[in-house]
Amino acid sequence: MITIALRHRFADTAIDIAFSAPSPGLTVVFGPSGSGKSTVIAAVSGLLRTERGHVSLDGEVLQDSGHRVWVEPEQRRIGQVFQDARLFPHMNVEANLRYGLRRAAPGPIGFDDVVDLLGIAHLLRRAPHTLSGGEKQRVGIGRALLSQPRLLLLDEPLASLDDARRADILPFLLKLKSTLSLPMLYVTHSLPELSLLADHVVLLEGGTLRASGPIAEIAADASLPLAARDDAGTVLELTVQGHDAARQLTRLTGADIALWVPLLASAVGTRVRVRVPAREIILAGAVPRAISVHNALEGIVRRVVDDPQRRAAMVEAMFGDTVLLARITPDAVGRLALVPGAAVVALVKSTSVDVLTPQ
Amino acid sequence: MAIRLSLTVAARAVAFGLPVACLIAVLLARGRFYGRGLLDVIVHLPLVLPPVVVGWLLLLLFGLRGPIGAMLHDWFGIRLVFTAAGAALACATMSFPLMVRAIRLSVDAIDPGLIDAARTLGAGTWDRLFTIVLPLALPGIVVGAVVAFAASLGEFGAVITFAANIPGQTQTLPLAIYSALQTPDGDAVAARLSLVSVALAVTGLLVSEYLGRRLRARLGR
Repeated sequence: MITIALRHRFADTAIDIAFSAPSPGLTVVFGPSGSGKSTVIAAVSGLLRTERGHVSLDGEVLQDSGHRVWVEPEQRRIGQVFQDARLFPHMNVEANLRYGLRRAAPGPIGFDDVVDLLGIAHLLRRAPHTLSGGEKQRVGIGRALLSQPRLLLLDEPLASLDDARRADILPFLLKLKSTLSLPMLYVTHSLPELSLLADHVVLLEGGTLRASGPIAEIAADASLPLAARDDAGTVLELTVQGHDAARQLTRLTGADIALWVPLLASAVGTRVRVRVPAREIILAGAVPRAISVHNALEGIVRRVVDDPQRRAAMVEAMFGDTVLLARITPDAVGRLALVPGAAVVALVKSTSVDVLTPQ
Repeated sequence: MAIRLSLTVAARAVAFGLPVACLIAVLLARGRFYGRGLLDVIVHLPLVLPPVVVGWLLLLLFGLRGPIGAMLHDWFGIRLVFTAAGAALACATMSFPLMVRAIRLSVDAIDPGLIDAARTLGAGTWDRLFTIVLPLALPGIVVGAVVAFAASLGEFGAVITFAANIPGQTQTLPLAIYSALQTPDGDAVAARLSLVSVALAVTGLLVSEYLGRRLRARLGR
């Protein structure tokens, strides 16, 4: 468990944030610029000493302004990946990778494993200024991992890259997440990165905490800023249950729901993460017959949140413990008499389901 | 003879001055401590004081009856006044601000983010100094050393005041030129020595320019 409580005044803003995050697990710290994301990272790494603050990691206190506890950054064993990689320009890639490794106590993360995992074996002799942005970032990730950290901080690691490079690195980050049981704090303002990577989400807004919780909960909360976006949607962890090659469909199941999606290449039993956009869901009073939609889920309405700006409403529909968001018009809410507790059928086109991890 | 003496004196001045200059430059560029402004002023004094005054202050401090000079003499049997080592000390003092300035510019140009990155990787203060700060400041260190070397070759006032003008011992190139000009028919000797002096100075500047450029290219800047 990572526990963080901060108070700091900058010239133009004040930060007052407190939350805890699971360990292990990947926690995405999400918010617009100026919301305090970078302050959180700097306080955890110790590069910024906030006016008041408490930071602890798996029970060890790293900062406690009340009890005058302060552990220097070089003694925290917290690895950091910076937005701009920050490779040492006077060392080649291998020397950069080994910089933290040489200074760390022997740990579980091996040099060859990291080089393999990140696909940087062919770069070891190169100078940092000859690398592309994506290569630099991979070396930066490797360097931080090799310092045998107890926690990895990633401060918008993909923000300085173009879409193609981003798509190159995301699989590495996913692999990292699944192969190492290392807690990570990942700062971003990109919804695709959040949807793909997060186990836990910390939402910041204007220097304060807006919400903190598991991704499925936060993404399905119609009152949070994530649900106010055009591309709002829920994130589900499902398992490949089977393929129907003749119909060109794959069946995904979770604890409470099952979805048909266009045929995937993944083996049966693979965990996949999908995103269901709120505006792609149709709500109905009963299961219609003779319709192209493959997925008709029967559930009940949990809550309806008005969105007057968009002349729309966001409906939270529960299927067991799984919640989906559906954006429909207030007129439809009235016609279907959607009030909390009412029965409802959610129609989800199989082609509208974004499968995020097709491995 | 004066040429060789000048070269060794200048080399010793740089050899002794450089490590101290590196430390002071890093302190001034990155340190946050009380009295930093005062240290800055003291370091730059030789640049603005008349060299004769610097030489005289050195006499007061390092003379046989000066506080430091007496200690060195009584404890280690080292005498600085009127020796080649003394000439080197005078040159080191006079060229010190030049070295500090060149190194400090280089240290200031280092991205503080790199030093932060080294901290998160477990490097302590001295570790960071030797593995990140000084290597990245190398262009400035080299330029500072070469400029200080060239300036030491030309130092006159502080040397003649502190180390006197003893042929073969403390008579460096400028002192030899001065002495030659004092003797009748010394013009030819003075002209020859002056030519050497110009050649050395130009070489020094060219070398520093070349080395600085190569080192920067290696860092990809």
